[in-house]
Amino acid sequence: MAALHFEFVSPERVLFSGDVDQVDLPGVEGDMGILAGHAPLVTPLRPGILTILNGGSREAVVVIGGIAEVGPAGLTVLADRAVARDEFDTAMLAAEIKDAEEDVGDATDDAERDRLARRLEQLKTLQAALAQ
Amino acid sequence: MPSLKDLRNRIAATKATQKITKAMQMVAASKLRRAQAAAEAARPYAASMEKVLGNIAASVGTLEAAPRLLRGSGNDQVHMLLVCTAERGLCGPFNTAIVRHARERAIALAAEGKEVKFFCVGRKGYDQLRRQFASQIVELVDLRAARTLHFEHAETIAKKVIARFEKFEFDVCTLFYSRFRSVIAQIPTAQQIIPPLFDTKASDALGGAAYEFEPEAEDILHELLPRNVAVQIFRALLENAASFYGAQMSAMDNATRNAGDMIRRQTLTYNRTRQAMITKELIEIISGAEAL
Repeated sequence: MAALHFEFVSPERVLFSGDVDQVDLPGVEGDMGILAGHAPLVTPLRPGILTILNGGSREAVVVIGGIAEVGPAGLTVLADRAVARDEFDTAMLAAEIKDAEEDVGDATDDAERDRLARRLEQLKTLQAALAQ
Repeated sequence: MPSLKDLRNRIAATKATQKITKAMQMVAASKLRRAQAAAEAARPYAASMEKVLGNIAASVGTLEAAPRLLRGSGNDQVHMLLVCTAERGLCGPFNTAIVRHARERAIALAAEGKEVKFFCVGRKGYDQLRRQFASQIVELVDLRAARTLHFEHAETIAKKVIARFEKFEFDVCTLFYSRFRSVIAQIPTAQQIIPPLFDTKASDALGGAAYEFEPEAEDILHELLPRNVAVQIFRALLENAASFYGAQMSAMDNATRNAGDMIRRQTLTYNRTRQAMITKELIEIISGAEAL
C-alpha cells in the first residue's frame, strides 16, 4: 500500500512529519479517514481526536480547531492546538466548555448563537469521547 | 590635568559599565536561543498556512463572492503600515533599521499620492515614527507586559487590524519586521498581508484538479483568512524577538569590547601620569639636595 505523506503542524512547532498508512480526522461535517491518493480536499476541523495509523500502531492526538488540506503532496493538518491524548488536561476542557456556555448565553444575534452552540456541542462530544 | 584619583575613578566607572554590558550580552545570548527556536518552529506553520491558502485562493479564483480580505477592496489608495519593533533599546540598529525601511516606503507611497497610516506594535518604533508622522499613527500596541509571546497576542493585533479593514479605513496592509537569519544578520522585511500575495507557482501544484470543499469554500475562507493574518503577525513577532536578541547580543558584545579598549587606554594614561609625578618629585628632591 502506498504511504500517505502527513504534515502535522501547530503554531508552536511541527508535531509530525512523515509517511503513514492512514489518518482519521475530526472534520466539521463528520469524521473521515484519509488514505494515500485521496482526492484534493479542504476542511476545517472540529475539536476532536485525530488518529494516526501506521503499521498497526495507533496514535491519538486531541486537536482543538484547525484545518486539513489534502493535496497531491499529501495531507497537511494545521492545528490550532494539539495535545497527545494521554497528556490532555480534561480540566482545561471543562473550563473551555464553561466559557462556551457563557458565550452562548451572551450571544446577541441568532447566527452567532448558532455558531457558538455548535462549538459547545462539539466540545461536549469531545469530553464524552475522552471519558470513555 | 586630572588628578590620579580622578583617573582611578574613571577606570572604575568604565569597569562597572563593562560588567553590565557583559551581563546583558550573556542574558541576550541565553534568551536568543529560546527565541530562535520559537521562531524556527513557527516557520513551517506559517509557510503551510500560506501554501494551503494559496491553493484554495487559486482554485476559488476570481470568485465574486470571495471575501474582501482575500481579493482586497479593489483599489490601493490608503496604505496601512504595520510596524513591529521592540519595546526596548540597547540593541544596536535593530529598531532603526525597521523604522527606516517603513519610513522609506511611506515616503515613496506619499510621493505617489497615496495616503499612509501607521499601526505601531512596540514602543520604540512608535517613538521614532512619532517625530515625523505623528498625525498618521492610528494605533499603538504595547507588548511590554508580555514576558513570552503567545499566539493570543498576535490574534488581538490581527483583530484590531481586521476591524479597521472592515470599516474601510485602509486598502492595503503591509507588515514590517526583521527576519532572523543569523545572530549577526537580521533583515528588515516588508510583507503584504491584506490582501495576501501568493506565489503564483502554487496554483500549478494541484495539476488542474479542483479541491473538494467541506463545507463551502467561502465558509472556509471566512474562517481561514483572519487566521492567516494572525499567523503572519505571530510569525513576524517571533522573528522580531529572535532578531532583537541577536542584535542586542552583538551590540553588547561590541560595547564590552569598546569598554575593554577604553580601560586599556585609561590605565595607560593613569600609569603615565603617575610616572610623571614620581619623576617630577624626584627632580625636586635632587635639585633641592644640590642646592644645599
